[in-house]
Parts: sequence; C-alpha cells; structure tokens
Amino acid sequence: MITVNDLCLWYGSAQALHHINMAIPEKSITALIGPSGCGKSTFLKTLNRMNDLIPGVKISGEVLYNGENIFAPGVDVNMLRKEIGMAFQKPNPFPMSIYDNIAYGPRTHGITSRIQLDDIVERSLRGAAIWDEVKDRLKKNAHGLSGGQQQRLCIARALAVEPDVILMDEPTSALDPISTSKIEELAISLKEKYTIIIVTHNMQQAVRISDKTAFFLLGEMIEYDDTEKIFAMPRDKRTEDYITGRFG
Amino acid sequence: MRSKFDEQLALLHKELMTMGALCESAIALAAAAMEGGDTTKTQKVFDYSAQIAHKERDIEGMCMRLLLQQQPVAKDLRVISSALKMVTDMQRIGNNSGDIAEIVNMGHIKAAHDKLHIQDMAQATIKMVTESIDAFVKNDAALAKAVIAYDDVVDDHFDRIKTALIDLLRAHDADGEYVLDLLMIAKYLERMGDHAVNIAEWVIFSITGRK
Repeated sequence: MITVNDLCLWYGSAQALHHINMAIPEKSITALIGPSGCGKSTFLKTLNRMNDLIPGVKISGEVLYNGENIFAPGVDVNMLRKEIGMAFQKPNPFPMSIYDNIAYGPRTHGITSRIQLDDIVERSLRGAAIWDEVKDRLKKNAHGLSGGQQQRLCIARALAVEPDVILMDEPTSALDPISTSKIEELAISLKEKYTIIIVTHNMQQAVRISDKTAFFLLGEMIEYDDTEKIFAMPRDKRTEDYITGRFG
Repeated sequence: MRSKFDEQLALLHKELMTMGALCESAIALAAAAMEGGDTTKTQKVFDYSAQIAHKERDIEGMCMRLLLQQQPVAKDLRVISSALKMVTDMQRIGNNSGDIAEIVNMGHIKAAHDKLHIQDMAQATIKMVTESIDAFVKNDAALAKAVIAYDDVVDDHFDRIKTALIDLLRAHDADGEYVLDLLMIAKYLERMGDHAVNIAEWVIFSITGRK
C-alpha cells in the first residue's frame, strides 16, 4: 500500500535520510526503531508530507501511496493528510470541547449536519476506545482529560476524517504504563481497519504490537523484516547491537 | 551501557561450564565404577548427581531473573532460553549416571562384561557429553554438529550389546540379573548420548537461531 523508493531527504546541506526503500503492508503495524537522530521521525513525517512545513527541506526519490507518488505536482496535501493521519508524541488536543475536537476535521471537509457529526464523533471515540469515559462530558474542554485520554482523543480525532493510514510518533512516551497499554491495545485493534506506522523508543512495545520492524541508523534503513525475526535473529550486527543495548 | 547484563551472562556461562564439568565427572566415574563394582566410586556418583540437580535449580533461577530483569532479545534471548533447556538434559545425564551407579551397587556386574565392550560404549558416550559441553563453551556449531552425528556410533554400540546379550541368554551362559542389569546400563548410556544430542542442538540454536 505504501512503497518507498530510493527516498533521500536533506535539511539544508545535511542529509537526514539515505536511499530508503521499503514496502509497508496494509492493515498491519510497522514499527520504526533506532537511536535518537537516526531519521525515523523524519521518515514518518515524510509519509504525509509534514516535512513540507520545514524550510530548506529537499527530497528525492518517491513514496507511492496506492500507486501514486505523494510528491507529484498536483497532489492535494490536505487530502493526503486526511488519508494519512497522525498522532504525536505529546497529545495536542485543540483548546475546545471534546466534541468539537473530533468534529473539527469533518467540518473542515464540509460536513455540517448535526446528525452526521454526532455519528462521526461517537464512532471515532468508540474506535479510539475512549467513548465510555467521555460520553457524558462531550461538551467539556478536552484539556481536562488525562494524558492517556488526551492521546486517545487525538487518535479519535485522526479517525474522524476516515483515514487509511495512521502515523504515530512515540505516542506513549509521555504516558504511564496503564495508559500505554491502552494505546497499545488500541493500536492492535485499529490494524483491522487501518495501516499503522509507529515510531517507538520502547523496544518491548515494538515486539508486543508490531508485525514488521524497520531499524534506522544515521539516516539509513539498516534492516526491515518481520518483527519476530528482527528481535530473534537480526541479520545485521548493527541491529543486534542496538536492540541488545550495546549502543544507542 | 549493559555491563551489569554482560556480567550476569558471563556468570551464567560459568555456571553452565561448572554443571557440564560435573556431568563429565559423574558419567566417567559411573563408567569406572562398573569395572570392579567399586562402591566408594558409586557413592561419589550419587554426590555428583545431587550437585548437578542443585546446579540445575540455580541456573534455572538465574535464567528466570535474566528474562525478568533484562527482557533479552536476539542472541541474548537465544543463549538464555538455550541454557534453560540445556540444564534439563544435563540434569538427566546426572540422573542416568546415578542410575548406573545404583545398578553397580546391586553387585551383578562382573568382569565378564568386558567382552561385550560396554566400556567402549561408555567412552563413546563420555566423548559425546564432553564435546557437547565443549561446543557450548567454545560457541562451536561445527563441533555441535559432529556430536549429533556421533550419536550413530553410540546407537550401534547399543545394538551390538543387545545382540550379544541375547546370544548369552540363548546359550544359557549368563544369569538373568546380569544380562538385564547390563542391558539397563547400555540403555542409560544410550539415553545419555541422546541428551548430549539435545545439548548440541541447543548450542546450534543459540549460535544460528535454527535447530
């Protein structure tokens, strides 16, 4: 579903990604691991062109999403980001009600019917496994939620515009273990319908939830394989050294 | 960065070597005891067997702690899971040595057994056990494979001894207790060869990830 061909990226004169090639299967969870500064977050953000916002970024190669290059002229970036949604490391609910947070995206895409919006809000919150916790306070400000709830709200907000792919950039690094396990369970349940790509520093999390794992180092993708294979019998010594804690 | 973990792994390695050395001593002494029904030797075999059982529990505890504390992956995970499996086979080797010593203590094994080449079989089994542990110590997959192949030699010994014992019975040239005890000893040796094969297979797994 997502095929990356010879992708390179520069921030000014510094090259951050070197010739990345990978095919990401749909309806599965792909984990991106590697030490800080290895390019995994840069790579993740490239997949829905979030890096376009950074001045001085230059990209070569292609990312095919459903067969089309996302960098081709004429690609509607807003539509691309509707298809490929994102959840960030720090939950970032808008300073408005829970309801309006979820309805925000559908409204910008032209949906105004109250009945339709009610339906989307409930479906999205249920999809993100937070409906039961917030259904009685939909009009309350989203900032009153706990960190874990805010993160699930942000995932619900991404689901509201019916994406195909959800990118998650260290979505649990600011959460306690209970909230972390809720997000992990959520990710596993979401892969029935969505393709999930997750950057994580938590190796055990990658083992627990992902189907495939890619190891990045110094802007290169060193190894990409089934998660079980990466963590049981990595092919590259650098992968072995990183996952066994010899560096990083 | 992982110096504590490396220390723990080095200690695990050392403990496995100690347990392996105890197995070698137990089986060698059991074979020596067969020679003259020497009960001081058999008592020592029982001591070794008890020490081996104790080591098994110690090493299992170490492995469980490492799994819990370090959540190992890749080679670390393979080494620790292999260690958990290997100690079971080593403990059985200790047990089987004790079983042979018990039979020797019954006093039916006489010098006449020499012509059946039971000592040759014992030496072949000792070679397998020693080399399977060597393969682990030296991280040597080729030696482990050689151990697995050598099991045929031990199996052939067993078949020859069994046939010879049947011949003795047919010729009414031996008492039943002697024949059965010797057959049991041969079977225990053959089982120890199988345990050495298991150890060798786990050595290969810990190195290559494949069994």
